[in-house]
Amino acid sequence: MVIECKHVWDYISGYLDDSLPAETRELVQRHLEHCQICSAILDSTRNIMVLTADDQVFELPLGFSERLHARLSEEMKNGLAVPSEDAG
Amino acid sequence: MDVELSVRDEARMIASILAGDREQYHELIRPYERSVYKMALSFMKNESDAEDVAQEAFLKAFRKLADFRGQAKFSTWLISITLNEARGRLRRQAIVRMESLDESPEEGGHISPALLRDWREVPSEALERQEIRQMLQDAIANLSPLYREVLLLRDVEEFSIEETATALAITTGTVKVRLHRARMMMQKELAPKLKNAGPRRRWFQWS
Repeated sequence: MVIECKHVWDYISGYLDDSLPAETRELVQRHLEHCQICSAILDSTRNIMVLTADDQVFELPLGFSERLHARLSEEMKNGLAVPSEDAG
Repeated sequence: MDVELSVRDEARMIASILAGDREQYHELIRPYERSVYKMALSFMKNESDAEDVAQEAFLKAFRKLADFRGQAKFSTWLISITLNEARGRLRRQAIVRMESLDESPEEGGHISPALLRDWREVPSEALERQEIRQMLQDAIANLSPLYREVLLLRDVEEFSIEETATALAITTGTVKVRLHRARMMMQKELAPKLKNAGPRRRWFQWS
């Protein structure tokens, strides 16, 4: 069985997560071996995922941590970590 | 999130915080500051609102710590609180950005990726450039919330599919569908732009 490009596109994410059923994975794999376009789509998607996960993308603002912990200390002086009434 | 963190005995830390050693909360949350902020920034789109949301989330988690029953990981629970805080803040700000309209026609439909003949790997060194970082942040921020949440948890926070499902209270099937669409939207948006971001073409980045 042969599948078309646009069907392969539906499986790209599953392929990258390795969550496809074995036979589907096999079909996609075979298609990728000879299809330059789908391979480029797969590679670019994977590359973008790697960049997205990189810590450099989101930097903490200067002083973020200090301000946060100062505020927490303030809260700790007053608040008590007890079961709250509203769990929502 | 970072695997090595799981060796910390968070359950014991939480127990001693609840027993009165509140100072330990500082240590408990330290590894998650960045994650919570990233989550908040992706929703709020400006640093000062994001910082507010992040602070509120950490405060809420502290106040509600006794409600945490260890049914999920602490990080998953914390991220859920951050999500709720960000969503609530957006609602209060009445920021309606036509997102619900954007979403429905595409829901269940097909997203065509950007077609390329070849792909030259963009190395992570490219992220040293502010414009590349901004490009990625914008692409994430411009996803509709349903897709953004899933992508952030799975691909930015590197949660498993199951953890993502737990944090968002949706099924793993829904996670997979949304994740696929989110990744395709990212590819569609970013691939044409990043194609020129590799070192080979950097001198042509004038436009």
